[in-house]
Amino acid sequence: MFQSIDFSLLALTAPGWGGALLNGFLRSIQLAAGGYAVGIIIGILGASAKLYGGLVLRDLAEIYTMVIRAVPELVLMLLFYYVGTDLISRAAQAMGFTGFDIDGLLAGIIVIGLVQGGYATEVIRGAIKAVPHGQIEAAQAFGMSPVTVMRRVTIPAMTPHAMPGMANLWMIATKDTALLAVIGFSELTQVTRQAASATRAYFLFFLSAAALYLLLTLLSNVVLRWYETRARRGMIAAR
Amino acid sequence: MTPLRPIIIQKEDNMFRKTGLTVLLSLALTSPVLAETLNVGISAEPYPPFYVPDAAGAWSGWEIDLMTQLCDRLGAECVVTPIAWDGIIPALTTGKIDMIMGSMAITPARAEQIAFSDKYYAAPTGLMTQAGSEITPTPEGVTGAFIGAQSGSIQEVYANKYFADTAGAIRIYQNLDEELQDLASGRLDAVIGDSLAMQPFAQSDAGQACCEYKGAVQPDPEVLGYGIGAGLRQEDTDLMARVNTALADIRKDGAYQQITDRYFSIDIYGE
Amino acid sequence: MENPTLLRRMMMPHRLIMAAMALAGLVAIIATMQWDWLPAALPRLWQGLQVTLAMLAGSVVTGFMLALPLALFQVMGPSPLRWLSLGFCTVIRGTPLLLQLWLFYFGLGALFAQFPEIRESWAWPYLRQAWPYGFLALTLSFAAYQGEVMRGAFTGVPHGELEAARAVGMSPWLVFRRVWFPRALHRALPTLSGEIILQLKSTPLIATITVTDLYAVTTRIRQTTLLTYEPLLLLVAIYLCLSAILIVGLRWLENRIPTGR
Repeated sequence: MFQSIDFSLLALTAPGWGGALLNGFLRSIQLAAGGYAVGIIIGILGASAKLYGGLVLRDLAEIYTMVIRAVPELVLMLLFYYVGTDLISRAAQAMGFTGFDIDGLLAGIIVIGLVQGGYATEVIRGAIKAVPHGQIEAAQAFGMSPVTVMRRVTIPAMTPHAMPGMANLWMIATKDTALLAVIGFSELTQVTRQAASATRAYFLFFLSAAALYLLLTLLSNVVLRWYETRARRGMIAAR
Repeated sequence: MTPLRPIIIQKEDNMFRKTGLTVLLSLALTSPVLAETLNVGISAEPYPPFYVPDAAGAWSGWEIDLMTQLCDRLGAECVVTPIAWDGIIPALTTGKIDMIMGSMAITPARAEQIAFSDKYYAAPTGLMTQAGSEITPTPEGVTGAFIGAQSGSIQEVYANKYFADTAGAIRIYQNLDEELQDLASGRLDAVIGDSLAMQPFAQSDAGQACCEYKGAVQPDPEVLGYGIGAGLRQEDTDLMARVNTALADIRKDGAYQQITDRYFSIDIYGE
Repeated sequence: MENPTLLRRMMMPHRLIMAAMALAGLVAIIATMQWDWLPAALPRLWQGLQVTLAMLAGSVVTGFMLALPLALFQVMGPSPLRWLSLGFCTVIRGTPLLLQLWLFYFGLGALFAQFPEIRESWAWPYLRQAWPYGFLALTLSFAAYQGEVMRGAFTGVPHGELEAARAVGMSPWLVFRRVWFPRALHRALPTLSGEIILQLKSTPLIATITVTDLYAVTTRIRQTTLLTYEPLLLLVAIYLCLSAILIVGLRWLENRIPTGR
């Protein structure tokens, strides 16, 4: 009863869908990488707000992470996608840029980044707290500005502590891009679905896409583990 | 498939708003005065024969051809922008797209949110069932049946209004293809959809083997609308006037018939 | 003891001002936005909520029961089983849940339908519906993630305790039942509530395969009312409440279970 599997559907050029799949894969990686980077920036800002910010800033950061951690990503993404791009284009119009519109890729990156930022804030906050306080105080005693302290001391010193959490976040970022398919973004999952329903070869395409995601995960694992050992050099091995 | 005209840009996806090609073209064709760029939204889910993507990511179909004609006459550069169907009206009102040409029916409810051009085609809504099924397109006729409808379609609203009490369940799908697939595999007893959009499946080998078209449902223009039109923001009245003029011209000078003949053997404009 | 301090913390001036601003914002949202659809939608929202909670509870319980053997095989199983469980966890954790859902529903579901034996069996009335596939995907996903947690918990139990149990003459089964499993469970408990919240956040994905959960109901409301923000904001509020209730409830449960520490 199994139809024989027609692997020619995966050919790289049309009418095969292989090329489209790889394009989608590339776009998923772009979205994940961009969103991850945005997430780290938000995370550093959020963690600073929570640790060093004033009372109001601290509470606002708390509310942000709470919402991100309590509401489904799919819902957050829909909300950010509509509210976020709407607000930005309205603000741009108010400032006199007419016809300003948000690049689709950018919108996706921002949406992923905002979700990632909530988790990154927690990871980085924990990592900064793990840095011995004396190191940071010493840097301050040298008269470094807060930004220099952050850049030259806190971030390098906390990186090994943040690595396991941040590695996990990267894995989440790659998988969260799939949710953008529900909004209609043309990334790997969406292309796979189009290919599958156009050819009725559901198993072939879904399994191929799964293999691509898995490949990305496994490769990332290797790279991240290597980086983690690198970042940990100079630290006492077992504590 | 007709060759693409330079004026319409086939976007691979909705993520690169300005591809290199778009930028190049807009520079080459229109500098120093920039042509108006219109992002035209269609559903990200294929809707044959009106719009379907091929493996290279290019969209083609009846409505894409009509869009090419329309943009040609508007002197605008149109960018095909696929958007999830159930978010397409918010995408228009929040400015992500400038026009909807995705087989959207003109209904009073939608007209409260967005403005519609004159209709450019009309098709009855009908019921497709398994071959030999006793289901008929009436509220009593669907008793106990699992009915599939597309999320955000007029058919979903219709099914909820007329079939919700009698049907076994109304299941909401993201696209018509998946509904028809589930009908063929027996997981649905009936699919409520646009009769023209279901036609390619009904005529395919798989469709003829499993299923049959049971005819149109009882009309209700309040829900099913007054034909298919282009959706625009309510404040874009100037563009609306130009679209309507262009559509009337296309209809009058034979271009409409020419496009229709490529895909259909019947008149799809309605009365 | 805790309540007065909590109250005092909430009474800090900046918090009072923020709360007032939030309240003003809420009033503005209610006043300026359109909410007339809400009363009529309440029964459907309630049904959707029930589906969401049923899927959550069902998949967490079944998934946890699956997680135990998955973890044990990885810790001490014979090597084919060990590799199988490891592979299963890696594949499930390495691919998006949405993709798994669609593979099960569209792939597996369509495959089942090709067999007349299945279509005529007692199982078909269930298999032709969507929720079993959603339940399967959610359960496997929870099992894989929780399996990983439990694996860590099992390996984390100090060897000395197990040796001590063996030294007093306990049988291997008794060691497992009385020492190893309870100690591992205690180690895993604090992460369990986090995993359950994550699972709650995964449930809306089943709406994409036609299960009418809370998210699907809201999507339908968005379709009929054609409103962009109001139903989404309501959904955010509902999920915030659900998460809060879950966190408080699970913490209460956690405190009731003696940790032996």
